[in-house]
Amino acid sequence: MSAEPVVNLNQPVADRVAKTTCYMCACRCGIDVHITDGKVRYIDGNRDHPVNRGVICGKGSAGIMQHYSPARLRAPMRRVGPRGSGEFEEISWDEALALATDWLGEVRRSDPRRLAFFTGRDQSQSLTGFWAMQYGTPNFAAHGGFCSVNMAAGGLYTFGGAFWEFGDPDWDLTKYFMLFGVAEDHASNPIKIGIGKLKSRGAKVVSINPVRTGYNAVADEWVGIRPGTDGLFVGALIHELFRTRQVDLDYLIRYTNAPWLVIEAPGAADDGLFARDEAGAPLVWDKASGGLASGLGPDVQPVLTGRRTLADGRMARPVFELMAERYLDPTYSPEAVAEGTGVPAEQIRRLAAEIAHVAFREEIVLDQPWTDWTGRRHEKMIGRPVSMHAMRGISAHSNGFQTCRMIHILQILLGSIDCPGGFRYKPPYPRQAPPWLLPHGASRDVRPDEPLGGPHLGFPLGPQHLLLNEDDSPARIDKGFSWDAPMSAHGLMHMVINNAATKDPYGIDVLFMYMANMAWNSSMNVGGTIEALTRKDENGDYVIPKIIYSDSYYSETVPYADLILPDTTYLERWDCISLLDRPISEADMAADSIRWPVVEPDRDVRGFQEVLIDLGGRLGLPAFTNADGSPKYPGGYPDYIVNHQRKPGIGPLAGWRGADGTKTGNGAPNPQQLDRYIENGSFFAHHLKPEQAYFKHANRDYLTWAVEMGFRTVPLPTIFQLYSEPVQAFRLAAEGHGTRQPPETHRARIARYFDPLPFWYPPFEGSLVDEALYPLHAITQRPMHMYHSWGSQNAWLRQITAANRLYIHHDLGAQTGVTDDDWVWLASHLGRVKCQVRLMEGVNPDTVWTWNAIGKRRGAWNLSDDAPEMKEGFLLNHLISELLPKGGGGYRYSNSDPITGQAAWFDLRVNIAPADGAGATEPMFEPLGHAQLPPAPGKLAYGSQFRKAKT
Amino acid sequence: MTTLPPETGKKLGLVIDLDICVGCQACVTSCKEWNTGGHSAPLSDHDPYGADPSGAWLNRVHSYEYEKAGVSRTVHFPRSCLHCEEPACVTVCPTGASYKRIEDGIVLVNPDTCIGCKLCSWACPYGAREYDHDDGVMKKCTLCVDRIYNETIPEEDRVPSCVRACPTGARAFGDLGDPDSAVSKSVAAREGFGLLEEFGYKPVNRYLPPREAAPRAVVAEPQGETASLPNPRSAVERLFAWADRALSH
Repeated sequence: MSAEPVVNLNQPVADRVAKTTCYMCACRCGIDVHITDGKVRYIDGNRDHPVNRGVICGKGSAGIMQHYSPARLRAPMRRVGPRGSGEFEEISWDEALALATDWLGEVRRSDPRRLAFFTGRDQSQSLTGFWAMQYGTPNFAAHGGFCSVNMAAGGLYTFGGAFWEFGDPDWDLTKYFMLFGVAEDHASNPIKIGIGKLKSRGAKVVSINPVRTGYNAVADEWVGIRPGTDGLFVGALIHELFRTRQVDLDYLIRYTNAPWLVIEAPGAADDGLFARDEAGAPLVWDKASGGLASGLGPDVQPVLTGRRTLADGRMARPVFELMAERYLDPTYSPEAVAEGTGVPAEQIRRLAAEIAHVAFREEIVLDQPWTDWTGRRHEKMIGRPVSMHAMRGISAHSNGFQTCRMIHILQILLGSIDCPGGFRYKPPYPRQAPPWLLPHGASRDVRPDEPLGGPHLGFPLGPQHLLLNEDDSPARIDKGFSWDAPMSAHGLMHMVINNAATKDPYGIDVLFMYMANMAWNSSMNVGGTIEALTRKDENGDYVIPKIIYSDSYYSETVPYADLILPDTTYLERWDCISLLDRPISEADMAADSIRWPVVEPDRDVRGFQEVLIDLGGRLGLPAFTNADGSPKYPGGYPDYIVNHQRKPGIGPLAGWRGADGTKTGNGAPNPQQLDRYIENGSFFAHHLKPEQAYFKHANRDYLTWAVEMGFRTVPLPTIFQLYSEPVQAFRLAAEGHGTRQPPETHRARIARYFDPLPFWYPPFEGSLVDEALYPLHAITQRPMHMYHSWGSQNAWLRQITAANRLYIHHDLGAQTGVTDDDWVWLASHLGRVKCQVRLMEGVNPDTVWTWNAIGKRRGAWNLSDDAPEMKEGFLLNHLISELLPKGGGGYRYSNSDPITGQAAWFDLRVNIAPADGAGATEPMFEPLGHAQLPPAPGKLAYGSQFRKAKT
Repeated sequence: MTTLPPETGKKLGLVIDLDICVGCQACVTSCKEWNTGGHSAPLSDHDPYGADPSGAWLNRVHSYEYEKAGVSRTVHFPRSCLHCEEPACVTVCPTGASYKRIEDGIVLVNPDTCIGCKLCSWACPYGAREYDHDDGVMKKCTLCVDRIYNETIPEEDRVPSCVRACPTGARAFGDLGDPDSAVSKSVAAREGFGLLEEFGYKPVNRYLPPREAAPRAVVAEPQGETASLPNPRSAVERLFAWADRALSH
């Protein structure tokens, strides 16, 4: 045997470690970037970071290939060929900014509505939204309208929180976890860490999902539900809890509107609203006094049942009774929903009994005193250790808002919101339910050269808060907060291009977008969207005259813009993940974070937020300009992050405020603030005290602190709205009450779907097409190694997934006569796609699915024209219409939830048929020109440069 | 033909929990990222932006369905070198480039003496070896030998990159030759198994099988009526009567 060679066991990893925040998806994990000679050697997770606690996902570890991608944009560009040709000339930043200022300035001086500013995977909405407000256009939103607004709105209207960024299961204490419609997505590492904990401890994990992959594959029980029927399933669970009388009555009385009295006066203008006293407080029947009393009083002892007579002689009933009658109705019995959901009645009954057992027979008692909002001291914290999480599979349906509300009602009936073992809020949540924030942008709010009077997005309490023109037509280009989508808290980005091209409700002059691949996988009806982007009027001019787009990479959308503002990679930029927007808090802490340039760009690119602040100064937007007209933030984005104050003492970052850096949350700007963040691993965390950790919605110590931090205005509790009065206010308008009523086209729709108590209704597309012709449901998910990322161009990640298949059940394969890799046509009412199948067992038999956003268009992303992404990769987007088929009345609504405007991606109905021969996927679009990109390398040997010092 | 050490001081290896691996590929790309700049640098990629992208990877995850007791299940199966006690890939090596470390049992390739003949990859029944076409040598899992003893990194980070990355905690690293080590204990407790033991190569790495979910307790159906109330009553009436009683206590 020869002697073993010498291996250098102590090779230093790198010259330096820079701690920043990942951006490979929306999770915002802390990362340690190891850098040698200015090159990234290795990226791993920051062990101190609240989000990922040291771990890193498949995307995060492939960040090197994202950072050095040959598809990175290199310099500002002006389009010189027709849209879509990809013919650009590189220009200087001075020219680019002057051009943008010229276009944007003219619109602002004449009619600010004619700018539509929509940002995609934007993690800086507190800046982008503020900029849009300062500009004065009503047309701003990010991508939430086509992502998860049903979850946000459903939660915020119900209990002032929501899943994911707003709260998490109590991973350390929960004993029973239900995961609804989570397609390996939001969130990434926190859910993986949590599932690992639960499984290791023997907690039960139940997944409700048509597809058994990823998280759902390791669940202890998989419920392979039919898409869009979760509301029926949850309704049946609630039915069982009521039938078996397993609900937490004390919790309902303490924290919810279950005892509030609802006026019973059919035909009256206040039918279905809460009976209120003269001060406007909702009334309950008080057992102690034997009469009506304010439901907000600290000492009231309300009852949950009984029809009561109001002072004016009319009748009213408590919410609890109405709710019980709704869900005890036989339509929600397990037997009644079994066929629709595909879940056997016996299984539903057992699951309900298991949940009830854990909640009420396995309660957790923490020996932790706390004080409620009334000042009452409680010696223990009682937990009902059932937790839930839900995301895309619930939200991406036209019944998603009501279904999401129903899931929250299930949680609340169990008493499991913000208790030990249940679902926990993450500060700044809970807000009030709904948050006290109204949308702005009605025609009266919009004036040339003036900022909007308030933020664009908010939570209407009734028709009076809609954003309409004088003639009641939509004020926003996306028809957000109009009768089409009255409670569209995140806007409807998926409708902007189509609406602008059809000038419905009106035309625009400039479309300004950031980081959203709207000419490809982020749009419904890709072909129609491309047609809209290139549509010309009778003079031969584009109907959308000017398009400005900022992205880091040469995506399918770049060739359709007229002016390209090249963004940096995530390792080259400043960013601010703010408590004013979407922070990184965990249940035990308020936390925010930054990104900073850990490596310098080697291209002529600038961070988009840097550019936006520059444009703000050039345009003279008040908050971005000094009195003498000079720019207010000459130091760019870092200058803004440190020195901008939304209110005195409140700025983008909460940590190390005050001139000496000793203040948290509220304090003067600190010139050293960013240094402190960088020293601390690019994040700040304020830990809650144990007595503040649970029951935050009604916890005096928490609420008082939340007021100090500026999260709330008053230390009053959040009362859970099982019955939603704002929803009823819209319904009353549809029933003919009030001065602002829906147009006749919309009246029946508003009256039906605006039910103050959540109910299930069939998703729209299935009701409007011939279900016999389109018997199958079609849904998508992103692979975990590409979720919410730009991953399919990544040299490493595309070696894992470069082509997608249509996954179908074995039985469907047999019926159709196809097997693995056979080509099929998948058709919807809009069009058809040619793709290859893969048979599997773990899928709902009436459902087909695929990995989303794998398919790419030739010419984009610097991939070769014969790449698998181009030839085999396909999108379901081609099958999904942005407009619903014509229903009664002939009006074509957007393919969205009627309440929130959430894009109903997963309502899609299809059929499948064998296709001839092999060949390639269809539709196949013409290749995009890409002359500005350098040639992509034919091989990579990344890392060989780090071998030099080895002995 | 290369000989093996008669005994190794330790039997370092991985224990992978198939019950909680969600198939996220974190270990796969973290391995690639560490090792493309580490002991085996580089792990080359061929045609990375073209029709047939391929490269050297020392760890891959396969997801597949199987049936157990008539029930279909899905498993995510990470696969890398098992650091066998009797590795055929070493004994078959004509130059001595492949070797098993005496100190800890890690199977390594010396890139300076590897001639790229691929005999080892034919000999390995687990398909754990990866030929780097651009580098012309064989690459394989090193158990991150350049991390686990590395005094330039914090002690808690001296584990293989895949273990450091794994978000669910499905991967553990340790001495499987020591019955008192945490990894050996988890193997004993969970009936951990080796792959294709019947071939006799004595793989060191162990897999923990998916757990069977225990039946859960359920609440009993409630008592229907109380004597003071007339029959029959609807579920709604029963609920309201119960709520009234419960709240009057």
